[in-house]
Amino acid sequence: MKLTRRTFLGTCAVLAMTPPQPAFAAKPLRVGMTPAFLHTQHGLLAEWRDYMESRLKRPVEIVQRDSYRETMDLLRQEQLDVSWICTYPYVYLKKQLRLVAVPLYQSQPYYRAYLIVSAKNPQIKEMSQLRGKVFAYADPYSCTGHLFPRYQLRKMGEDPAKFFAKTFFTYSHNKLIEAVADGLAHGGSVDSYVWDSLQALKPEITRRTLLVSQSPEFGFPPIVARRTLSEAEFSAVQKMLVMMRNDPQGSALLQRLNLNGFIQGRPNLYDGVAEMMRAFGEG
Amino acid sequence: MRFLLNLSFRYKVPLWGSLLIVGTAAIISTTLLLRSYGELKSDLLRDATTQGRTMATTLFPAILHDQVWRTYEIIKAPFNRDSGESPVQAESFVVLDQRGQVYVSTSPEALPMLADFRQLAPDFAALAEAIAQPGRDTRVLEPDESDHLFVATPIREEEAHLGTLVQIYSKKVLHSRFQKSAEQAALTAVLVIVLLLPLGWYWGQRTAVPLVRLTERMEELGRRLPDNLAPELYDYQDELGRLYRAYNRMLQDLRGKAEIERQMIHSERLAAIGKLTAGIAHEINNPLLGMLTALNTLRHHGEPGPRTLKTLTLLERGLMQIKDTVGALLVEAKVKSRDLSPQDVEDVRTLIEPQARERGVSLHWDSRLTAPLPLPSTSVRQVLINLLLNAVQASVPGGEVRVSIAPITTVASANAGTSLSIEVVNGGQILTDMQTAHLFEPFANDDERGRGLGLWVCYQIARQLGGDIAVASEMVDGLGRTSFKVTVPIGAPQ
Repeated sequence: MKLTRRTFLGTCAVLAMTPPQPAFAAKPLRVGMTPAFLHTQHGLLAEWRDYMESRLKRPVEIVQRDSYRETMDLLRQEQLDVSWICTYPYVYLKKQLRLVAVPLYQSQPYYRAYLIVSAKNPQIKEMSQLRGKVFAYADPYSCTGHLFPRYQLRKMGEDPAKFFAKTFFTYSHNKLIEAVADGLAHGGSVDSYVWDSLQALKPEITRRTLLVSQSPEFGFPPIVARRTLSEAEFSAVQKMLVMMRNDPQGSALLQRLNLNGFIQGRPNLYDGVAEMMRAFGEG
Repeated sequence: MRFLLNLSFRYKVPLWGSLLIVGTAAIISTTLLLRSYGELKSDLLRDATTQGRTMATTLFPAILHDQVWRTYEIIKAPFNRDSGESPVQAESFVVLDQRGQVYVSTSPEALPMLADFRQLAPDFAALAEAIAQPGRDTRVLEPDESDHLFVATPIREEEAHLGTLVQIYSKKVLHSRFQKSAEQAALTAVLVIVLLLPLGWYWGQRTAVPLVRLTERMEELGRRLPDNLAPELYDYQDELGRLYRAYNRMLQDLRGKAEIERQMIHSERLAAIGKLTAGIAHEINNPLLGMLTALNTLRHHGEPGPRTLKTLTLLERGLMQIKDTVGALLVEAKVKSRDLSPQDVEDVRTLIEPQARERGVSLHWDSRLTAPLPLPSTSVRQVLINLLLNAVQASVPGGEVRVSIAPITTVASANAGTSLSIEVVNGGQILTDMQTAHLFEPFANDDERGRGLGLWVCYQIARQLGGDIAVASEMVDGLGRTSFKVTVPIGAPQ
């Protein structure tokens, strides 16, 4: 697993704090990104980092990992100051993390899980028809890409471990859409934000998939900070993110991220996810 | 086939040449194509084998950790590159697990995950069996009746065997590439042929046309003497050129022979006529002389009355006319006569000049005689007078008659020795072929000017003296020119 290709689709945001003392300036703010987000927008990521550096007036280091699990490990080990993580890991690590900001997607701090199937199988209209088929999950710690479809099956009275003939992880929502589009998997559960954004950018891929059903709303993957981060740094990052939509450069970046902005948000946005986790004996 | 062989060389030579060119082009193209097909296939298999081994090494950990997507990405990678990098794009790659089920494939719709490989296609069953045989190496499998090529590589590390990577290539792709090369080769061959064919055709024509001309003339040989072949038609030293020259030589010989034959026939005819004439003349002459004598006796001793006398005179005149005519036919050249002297020639000139003046014809006289020659003067004078009278009569008024008389020495083996040459030339109308053919026959030109015995006499005299008479009548510079040339040997045995 060491030589995994660096095709991260994700980007996540992070931030920093405005160091009051110059001594702080030398120490970079480490910002983790998980592949919750779109394709290989490395250029966009670099621009966002520059933006953060200019606003926080301190170096920012972006840390990317292939799986949610790796980012979670870094957070637990306090090797990251701030990280944009998926909803599930946030709820999972809630005790060790503080909510910094919640992105606004389509002016709402919510997103959904989309159940998609290959366009070659238009006869599949609901989850129950996928019995005995091949199903693609995004990441073991993905809310929309793993937790929700299993929860749905559980509610249908099915055993998620036996319902499908075969399941596999793609470790990225983009790749999951690709897997379903290619027909490798008959169906998959994907982040609505990723699917919608990809449809705007590369409709030739999403066109090969069919949107079968949508989940209820969940709190959008948040930006979190380790609990041990100083209040000053926490505030600086939070302020920077919330203020992004108010300046032209920040607006331009948000537009390219397909987001409307960041708000402070409240942890109870994620209660729905916590409930699903409890169904599996987690959290 | 017979029809082809019967064709004229004009078509056959270029056709054979073209056939050779086309055949050569076809054989070379086919050989190269077959070779390139073989190379294409072996290149493909070598590349595929290398690729399969490399890929199998990378696939091992991915399959070991059951990373379907990662496996898919690895086998899918070669398909994302621009085609053209590899000579033949694979149809699909498939990873089979140990039980022979599809673990993952690059064509999930045709070869879906978990499907039993054996049942996916008819030719897969035999293939799956071959794959199931234990082995560590990459194998190339080409089942009969399958239009696919398979390259199977075990995915294993040491003793752990996880499955098999199968690379599937359609032979159709191979064939279509082969077809593409074939089309290119055909195009090149057509270009070469287009360039070479006119050359071949031209060369064939160069050889065939002279042959055809030669054949046409040879075929005429039986009927008439054909024309010469123009040497510029084929001016080379090879066999054909030599044939041309030999043909022209043969033609020349034939012409000479024909000319001699013609002359022989002519003189034989004249000789026969001469003999006949002389015989008849003798037969007539004898009773004629008797009749004349009888008439004479009757006139002097018969005491005829005036009426009878008148009748006798009439009879005598008629008989005398017959005698003259017969006498003219009875040419006797070898009568005893004195030798020809230069004065004899001058006498003839004096005799003719008044007639020439009368017709307004000028005489150009050139006599080289300086001493008497041992030839009968009477006969030679007779010849000269006859020729001159003819020439003056044939000339137009204001014309010229040229006379040359000279002893000549010939060195030709047949007639070695000295001869007398008499040549009389005049202008005016030339003789027709018909006239020339019967020129020396008696009464040949029986017209108002005479009985046409002049030339007959000349001919008889020349022949009796062992000589010859030749006539040439032709147009020179738009003017008619007719010449009679008599050659008589001097001192020849008589």
